[in-house]
Amino acid sequence: MTLLSVRDLTVKFGTRGTPVTALHGISFDVARGERVGVVGESGAGKSITGFALMNLLSRPGYIDSGEILFEGKDVTKMSDREIRRLRGNRMAMIFQDPMVTLNPVLTIGQQMIETLRAHRRLSYDDARQISLVKLKEVYIPSPEARLDQYPHELSGGMRQRIVIAIALLLDPQLIIADEPTTALDVTIQADIMELLLEMCRSNMVGLMLITHDLGVVSQVTERTLVMYAGRIIESGKTRAIINDPQHPYTQGLINALPQQTPPGTRLRQIPGSMPTLSTMPPGCPFNPRCELATDVCRARMPEITQFGEVQVACHEVKRLHAELAELEGAQ
Amino acid sequence: MTDQTAENPVIAIRRPSRLREFWASNIAYSFRRNPVAIVSMAIFLLITGVAFCAPLIAPFDPYDPAQIDILNSEYPPFWVYGALPEFSLGTDDQGRDLLSTILYGTRLSIIIGVCAVAVQAFLGISIGLISGYVGGRTDSVLMRLADIQLSFSTLMVAIIFLALTQALFGSEIFSRYAVVFLIAVIGVAEWPQYARTVRATVLAEKKKEYVDSARVLGFGPGRIMLRHILPNSLSPIFVISTVQVANAIISEASLSFLGLGMPPSQPSLGSLISSGFDYILSGSWWITVIPGAVLVTLVLVINLLGDWTRDVLNPKLYKG
Repeated sequence: MTLLSVRDLTVKFGTRGTPVTALHGISFDVARGERVGVVGESGAGKSITGFALMNLLSRPGYIDSGEILFEGKDVTKMSDREIRRLRGNRMAMIFQDPMVTLNPVLTIGQQMIETLRAHRRLSYDDARQISLVKLKEVYIPSPEARLDQYPHELSGGMRQRIVIAIALLLDPQLIIADEPTTALDVTIQADIMELLLEMCRSNMVGLMLITHDLGVVSQVTERTLVMYAGRIIESGKTRAIINDPQHPYTQGLINALPQQTPPGTRLRQIPGSMPTLSTMPPGCPFNPRCELATDVCRARMPEITQFGEVQVACHEVKRLHAELAELEGAQ
Repeated sequence: MTDQTAENPVIAIRRPSRLREFWASNIAYSFRRNPVAIVSMAIFLLITGVAFCAPLIAPFDPYDPAQIDILNSEYPPFWVYGALPEFSLGTDDQGRDLLSTILYGTRLSIIIGVCAVAVQAFLGISIGLISGYVGGRTDSVLMRLADIQLSFSTLMVAIIFLALTQALFGSEIFSRYAVVFLIAVIGVAEWPQYARTVRATVLAEKKKEYVDSARVLGFGPGRIMLRHILPNSLSPIFVISTVQVANAIISEASLSFLGLGMPPSQPSLGSLISSGFDYILSGSWWITVIPGAVLVTLVLVINLLGDWTRDVLNPKLYKG
């Protein structure tokens, strides 16, 4: 059952003169309770996607075309009031740095109770009780005392747990986690990821995990979208993508993992860097960095096509598959 | 079966009381270490305390015509030859006891100053918040309004406004509602100071992620502005408030000195100084000098406190 269905979502940034396109007609689905990873380099459009889903793009960014169907209703056409009822309530978001996402002048309790009471008709005491329960769920020791503390009195890991508790407060259907562990200690990263996974599993909450940590993606998610320069270039079952990446960019990403290189040798990397939005090359955006690039790649943008378990947007992959099919046909 | 309920042992960390917490805070610490701040605060509290207890401690009631005798006019203060023992600071030109008049006048000046700043703060904070948060065209319009307002000097606006109201309502009604008019005009004339400061902080706060996360939680713009951004922008507001109270008191005194403020029958510090000014060369200097000294001390002390709050609340200004 689809919870979220994004169709041809195009996001533009209206700077002086012609607007630049940050997302080029991306489409994907998230089923109820499904965990989807979004990976890609910085600037690939991962976070923009997250913000666009909540219709939270601030000027100069705007949704140019496409639709975002959440539980059957188009987010892009909702009134402000409807969207506000959705945010936090049906769809929640977790940000990168828990040091700055909690309001420094309000206690944890005030922030949780305010959130609850903004969406539900609850008495103060009931809201406090629910907050306590949620804090216990995310394994916060002595939650009673935490409620009256200010964010600066808590550690980073603790704060991210509280952020997760706040996100789960209203039992949302989808959580968008934008690099939830990047700002944390390595030792705590695994804990938080495990917590997030457990919370999503036990509450049947969909998760959209935005990250550039392929390790995390392979542990937590069921499906993966690989983004490059505002496009989804490969998507499919996480296992299939990690074990057998098709797109040269995905291959490059996986080969660049330190575990993929024998000790003592130079780490592999993808040469060059991602084009900026205003200097997008013609054809496939990856062609200047791609070893397999041909004239076709430099001329035309490949379409996303289904190959077995995954969908890939690459001329070369398409050609190889076609050749393979021909060989099989000849045999 | 014991009926002992297996309650979880709650590790309750007792929070220290509010007062104790405040005493231990950075602000209190810096205050205790700063002799200028302590002395200023002491003088400020003394002046306001005495002024607000005026009806209880003043030997005479300067508003009661029955207690005023024109024959008592222009007695010098006690240390000058020819003083009367009941008028410790002398009397003014109408025979009012100067000490009582100063006490009542200071109370009036402080009330006008604080209320005018409250008006300024209300206008300035709301306009600044909206301007900074909404941005775009609204911001431009509101800030240009502020620029226009700032391009007229406060006194000029106040003089025109007060002169017009005085002419319009007649001096009878004007003197009855002079306090209200003064508060309104000083309040309205200086809002851009607040609006600009608040807008600048809002612009900085708006970029922070807790605002994004508040939006993600589905809060409306009003709630985000008042409950999330405003409490985080309070420190510059505190700093500017202290300075503005001093400014408002001076503005009031200047207007009264020019005859556009409090009437002589209900003198504030400014009108007292003004009424004594006519006699300063005929030997009765105390009518002007003593209220003048009180005014200067009050304003100086408030400004010193303002300086101190600025030092404390702005970590970038920490002096080694």
